[in-house]
Amino acid sequence: MFAIFTTLADWLAYGLFGLSPEARLGKAVHFFIEDVTKIFFLLALIVFAIGFFRALLTPERVRKAVAGRPRYVSYPMAVGLGAVTPFCSCSSVPLFIGFLEARIPLGVTMAFLIASPMINEVAVVVLAAAIGWKYALLYVAAGLTVGILGGLLIEVLKLEKWVEDYVWKIKMGETALQQANSSFQARIGYAGEQVKDIMGRIWLYVLIGIGIGAILHGFIPESFFLKYAGADNPFAVPAAVLVGIPLYSNATGVVPIVEALLAKGVPLGTVLALMMSVAAISLPEMIILRKVLKPQLIATFTGILFFAFITVGYMFNALIV
Amino acid sequence: MKTFKVLGTGCKKCAKTADLIALKAKAAGVEVTILKVTDMGEIMGYGVMSTPGVVLNEALVHAGSMPTPAQVEDWVKA
Repeated sequence: MFAIFTTLADWLAYGLFGLSPEARLGKAVHFFIEDVTKIFFLLALIVFAIGFFRALLTPERVRKAVAGRPRYVSYPMAVGLGAVTPFCSCSSVPLFIGFLEARIPLGVTMAFLIASPMINEVAVVVLAAAIGWKYALLYVAAGLTVGILGGLLIEVLKLEKWVEDYVWKIKMGETALQQANSSFQARIGYAGEQVKDIMGRIWLYVLIGIGIGAILHGFIPESFFLKYAGADNPFAVPAAVLVGIPLYSNATGVVPIVEALLAKGVPLGTVLALMMSVAAISLPEMIILRKVLKPQLIATFTGILFFAFITVGYMFNALIV
Repeated sequence: MKTFKVLGTGCKKCAKTADLIALKAKAAGVEVTILKVTDMGEIMGYGVMSTPGVVLNEALVHAGSMPTPAQVEDWVKA
């Protein structure tokens, strides 16, 4: 299905530029061309299709859908909607306040915030194109589970005291927005806007991710990874998670790095743990959340994710050979 | 006189939205007041969770994205 991008990269890198498939530069350039064309094509296609069919899944609607449900419904729903709803981290704060104001439990709200950046349709499809559907779905399952368990843990620990006091005082007005225009024309227009908006937001992360992937692929020898991040180094998983925590990238941007690392023989669990930790939590995200969470809760939240991702990494490494 | 409030905590799109309203109002020769609302409590008070949002004479007319030039023209002239 994606052979056309390989052919294109073959033709450009080895034909037009005259690079050798055996040379380091040739390998890196080939990886770069193939991934840039493939990922941006998929990105535009998927965002457009989703924009067209879903029209408007706004934070206001998600809030309404989750509010007032029993926990066995609200937790799965929160992570599921978190996964399919494309929020930029700048809307985390109003989302957080809006959820709590609708009396959605803190745990459910945090579950949503954990799952949302970690999983999205674009990243999943791009991941599947790179490493296969089986592993991509495992990533999704692990991400949803971490979201639910992380949220439940925060609820059990009763951490509401570590939410900034003013948050509880905000009263939300009635959301009386006009219904979305659902004509064919309007949907096409909306889908086009979505492509422009999301592309504009994440293209740089994706490009940087592909660049790093290409360098890893072309210039870093396999022996390097086997020595430091191979299956017999027990510290590889925690190290990968630790490196990923402060870094921020959109989940899609991490995929090329995942692809390159896997091809170099780094175990799946280590790589997916890295992807989760880069996508889910970052320094900029913590700074944004600081507006609504006290430092103790940010630290607890980060700690929970740190151990959760390490567990995921070890589990995958143990179960999948 | 129309009063517009642009709701948003300082994102780029919010500033652009305010600029667009000013531009269209000027082009139509309509006098307007544009206020930027950055206080989260006040923003949420209008029932808005996704910014930028636009309030015209205390009624919410838009939320969640930059309004289109055509929309802004309608508000200015209405």
